[in-house]
Amino acid sequence: MTDAIMSSVTAPPSAPLGRRGPLGSVLVHAGLIAASIAMLYPLLWMISASVRPEDEIFASTSLWPSSIDVASYLRGWFGLDVSFGRFFWNSLVVAVLTVIGNVVACSLAAYAFARLRFAGRNFWFAIMLGTLMIPYHVTLIPQYVLFLNLGWVNTFLPLVVPKFLASDAFFIFLMVQFFRGIPRELDEAAMMDGCGPWRIYWKIMLPLSLPVLATAAIFSFIWTWDDFFGPLIYLNDMNTYTIQLGLRTFVDSSSTSDWGGLFAMSTLSLVPVFFFFLFFQRLLIEGIATTGMKR
Amino acid sequence: MAAVQDTAVVVGAGAKGRPAAQGRWASTWAKHGAGYMFLLPWLIGFFGLTLGPAIASLYLSFTSFDLIRAPEWVGTANYVRIATADPKFAAAMRVTFLYVVLSVPFKLSFALLVAILLDRGVRGLTFYRAIFYLPSLLGGSVAIAVLWRQLFAGDGLINSLLAQFGIEGPSWISHPNYAIWTLVVLSVWQFGSPMIIFLAGLRQIPTDMYEAASLDGASKFRQFYKITLPLLTPVIFFNAVVQTIDAFKAFTPAFIISGGTGGPINSTLFYTLYLYQEAFGNFRMGYASALAWILVLIIALFTAFSFLTSRYWVHYDD
Repeated sequence: MTDAIMSSVTAPPSAPLGRRGPLGSVLVHAGLIAASIAMLYPLLWMISASVRPEDEIFASTSLWPSSIDVASYLRGWFGLDVSFGRFFWNSLVVAVLTVIGNVVACSLAAYAFARLRFAGRNFWFAIMLGTLMIPYHVTLIPQYVLFLNLGWVNTFLPLVVPKFLASDAFFIFLMVQFFRGIPRELDEAAMMDGCGPWRIYWKIMLPLSLPVLATAAIFSFIWTWDDFFGPLIYLNDMNTYTIQLGLRTFVDSSSTSDWGGLFAMSTLSLVPVFFFFLFFQRLLIEGIATTGMKR
Repeated sequence: MAAVQDTAVVVGAGAKGRPAAQGRWASTWAKHGAGYMFLLPWLIGFFGLTLGPAIASLYLSFTSFDLIRAPEWVGTANYVRIATADPKFAAAMRVTFLYVVLSVPFKLSFALLVAILLDRGVRGLTFYRAIFYLPSLLGGSVAIAVLWRQLFAGDGLINSLLAQFGIEGPSWISHPNYAIWTLVVLSVWQFGSPMIIFLAGLRQIPTDMYEAASLDGASKFRQFYKITLPLLTPVIFFNAVVQTIDAFKAFTPAFIISGGTGGPINSTLFYTLYLYQEAFGNFRMGYASALAWILVLIIALFTAFSFLTSRYWVHYDD
């Protein structure tokens, strides 16, 4: 696949000057279209495999199924002892709670860092930035022991409670950057009128920060939806499985027997992420461009 | 700053007056209390879920701990064993470094190449950008790892494609020499995020620099080499550090593609996968804690090294 991209862009990259010649522009588009096809081909093939009759999945490399057959979706949905409806519901609960936790806890902390004056603010801010650098593997085992002793294993609490304690410090950083851009005159005017910090946070900061709150919410949702490691460690009972764990179990149980069902459920598991991509693409891309997120 | 007043004339409704503050305590509270109230959830999280556990795992790394009996102090035995008598650790290090060295440069090259093609005056920029970004967004999920496992299976799609050209491909995922490459390709496929960051960086380069250079007769290639590349070095540096740290921590694709084993013959045994096996497969929690601290050490050394060497090639013009 990479070779396909390589060979399609054999022309040296023309320097980013405003204008390219007509030939250069045709070449560039040809290269970009070829690359786009190569990028999307696996995804499209998977979607198309999910609606093919079982015996046709590996018969062809084309993207058009000869006939549409949704049997794979039914087989996959009920393919395990617990239905995929349950897994989707679990994922949704964890993701929604995570979004709420992140938006509430991180915006509280970000407001303190961006606007309030208190002893030790800069010290704590530096510490907060420091926590961004530490791989979570360092705290993984003691956290597991802690949650095990609290009796939280096999519940969603280990996945959700940390978010209400602003454990995703990255979002604090994101919000601090945004809050600092809101004119201070607004806070000061409100203070003159006798507003306390809570009201300023609630009535001024949050309403003016909807773009950054939305960005944090969407990324929280997608990352949580896709998270595999956390659920893998804390959820052992199939009734508590998230969609990612459900898929993994399906791979292991059906090893190569029911590819159709597996692709059908894989396709469904990508739908929510795809939805956010379609409707909030601009926010996602701006979020990445301004903060340099990795995913 | 402004004195806190009891009378509230505010936007919206439901203003609550605050009790009149009296005495030194109250004034200290009025000054600093609000900040700490807002910071409280994060502070609890920091002490309870970050600092506390980090200290605990440092202690555990000097113990033998199986989750059932109390941790037993073993001194530096874990670290000594990691350094001298653990072939699996050596394999995990080799695989992880190989993965970093192969995936990061390819990924960044693609990201940069495509960003330059998209940079200026391409019609349908947003469309292309979206398509190239989509895999990055989906990439962390099990579904994609499952798909990859099928694509590169012996009877998978890649080999079907190759067969049309008369090439007989190996069973990529079950061959110790090729399995890692399927993971590298998966990583390169997700070049969208660094591409977007490169695009943002390219936007910062003033057009008149190129105009001046082309008036002086510099070829496009020379302009790229003399203007674009040097001015992009901070962005390249940033992307390289972030992607490398991320590659060190990769887990899900290797777990799914190898069925949790890191096989065939440890050829996809990423460091984090080994750590997971030790902690949650063999319940050697002390040993796994030591592995975690070694990972931190590696990442810290790499980062320090990057920043030290960046002085010689990263060009900040402030």
